[in-house]
Amino acid sequence: MTEAVKTPKIPPEEQELLTINGDEAVAYAVKQSLVDVVAAYPITPQTIIVEKFSEFVANGEVHTEFVPVESEHSAMSAVVGAAAAGARAFTATAANGLALMWEILYIAASLRLPIVLAVANRALSAPINIHCDHSDAYGMRDSGWVQLFVENVQEAYDTTIQAFKIAEDERVLLPVAVNLDGFFLSHTLENIRLLPDEKVHEFLGGYRKVPKVKVDYFDEEVPLMLNPARPLSFGPLDLYDYYFEHKMHQVEAMKRVPEVVREVNDKWYELTGRKYGDGILVPYEVEDADIVVTVLGSTAGTVRHVVKKLRREGKKVGMVRIRMFRPFPHEELAKLLKDAKVVGVMDRGISFGSYGPSFLEINTALYDYKEKPLLVNYVYGLGGRDAPPELIEKMFEELLKDAEKGVVENKLRFLGVRE
Amino acid sequence: MASTPKEPRGWKDLPIGAVPYRLSTDYKTGDWRALRPVVDQGKCVKCMLCWLFCPDMAIIWDGEKIVVNYDYCKGCGICAHECPVNAISMVPEPTE
Repeated sequence: MTEAVKTPKIPPEEQELLTINGDEAVAYAVKQSLVDVVAAYPITPQTIIVEKFSEFVANGEVHTEFVPVESEHSAMSAVVGAAAAGARAFTATAANGLALMWEILYIAASLRLPIVLAVANRALSAPINIHCDHSDAYGMRDSGWVQLFVENVQEAYDTTIQAFKIAEDERVLLPVAVNLDGFFLSHTLENIRLLPDEKVHEFLGGYRKVPKVKVDYFDEEVPLMLNPARPLSFGPLDLYDYYFEHKMHQVEAMKRVPEVVREVNDKWYELTGRKYGDGILVPYEVEDADIVVTVLGSTAGTVRHVVKKLRREGKKVGMVRIRMFRPFPHEELAKLLKDAKVVGVMDRGISFGSYGPSFLEINTALYDYKEKPLLVNYVYGLGGRDAPPELIEKMFEELLKDAEKGVVENKLRFLGVRE
Repeated sequence: MASTPKEPRGWKDLPIGAVPYRLSTDYKTGDWRALRPVVDQGKCVKCMLCWLFCPDMAIIWDGEKIVVNYDYCKGCGICAHECPVNAISMVPEPTE
């Protein structure tokens, strides 16, 4: 994974330096990605994406058809229609907006429409809360979407462009959600490097290319799109006779996602000199670690900082950031975790009556190993509650104590909540 | 042609995206009808209200009289309800 650093095709000094927040970075990536249709409804903390993008539209900087809709349900419906007509389509949302998109999320995935959705992760009501939480993303996990989580503003920009490439790959053809932590990334300014427009066009291979399918009534393969010259029906009734078979297509497509994500990550690295682990997992100091913590999103930066500090103190700790949550990289993650003594699984969300969603996945991943680490679930940061280094350090101390004792008494712990 | 394919296909032989692999004209949507409309041509005044109201375009004017296309008539009975001269009666389908 850690090959010699190649000279990127576009060295950093040739990449424009811009000080923007995560939402603007996403809007900028969409602007460069030759997107045909954007339908969106503003919701905090995603609003800036739509605002910024409508500026681009108003200034004539993009050719995109911008559809201001009256709800997120309509936003997702409009991009489903656009993508079915062969367009490259994008929308963005957060929290309750994502919840309102719920039924259309399934339709987008089942119709195999490579839509890209930016989710500025935010807590779901009630009580009303506009701050960061992964409950919204966890809520859509079974809808058949590919889910990527980014750590910083640069990655939000990079991943949004990559998402189109992943989604439109003929092996995949699934919608992709790019998750960026609400406010922590969406509203925080960072210096990031941008590619020239034409390099992004080149990376994506120009405008969207529609794949072809074989149906009985046309002699040749026809584009999988709404096309009066070669008409196809989308979203027909499909009962117990064929529904199950059609679901198998989605199962199969999901299996092919990891290799495509890896490839895209590698290509991006060659182009820009930036990469995120192998595209799926981003390990840090895990090789000889006794204690490993898994985390999604921007908290990874804080955890990495604490790991660095504890390593200096001679403590064998490490971290794995899960970049791709759906499809979940069970085997790859198990290989990284199985030799640790204790694994702390951080979840910025909880399945009430159960554990955090990534804890359930990691349990599943490790079940088949005879020798496996003890697992602890840390639910943290709900509703934007801060997770400062001191708190993360406290968690590592607890995990070190668990490793000494060799047993875990309390599997589900809440980090940073007042008793 | 039958309303369902004779040999069900496996998932590997189906186009992705749940796009139907057969023409929609192959799918007869009238095979789950319980009551069928029968037109009494003697009473019919050819006002065409049945044709106008039929939600499935299953009422056809053949140039001389009203006929029903039973491949697509789902037996909703709107034609019988709307007929001003009660020329259409809903008759139970034979059960076997």
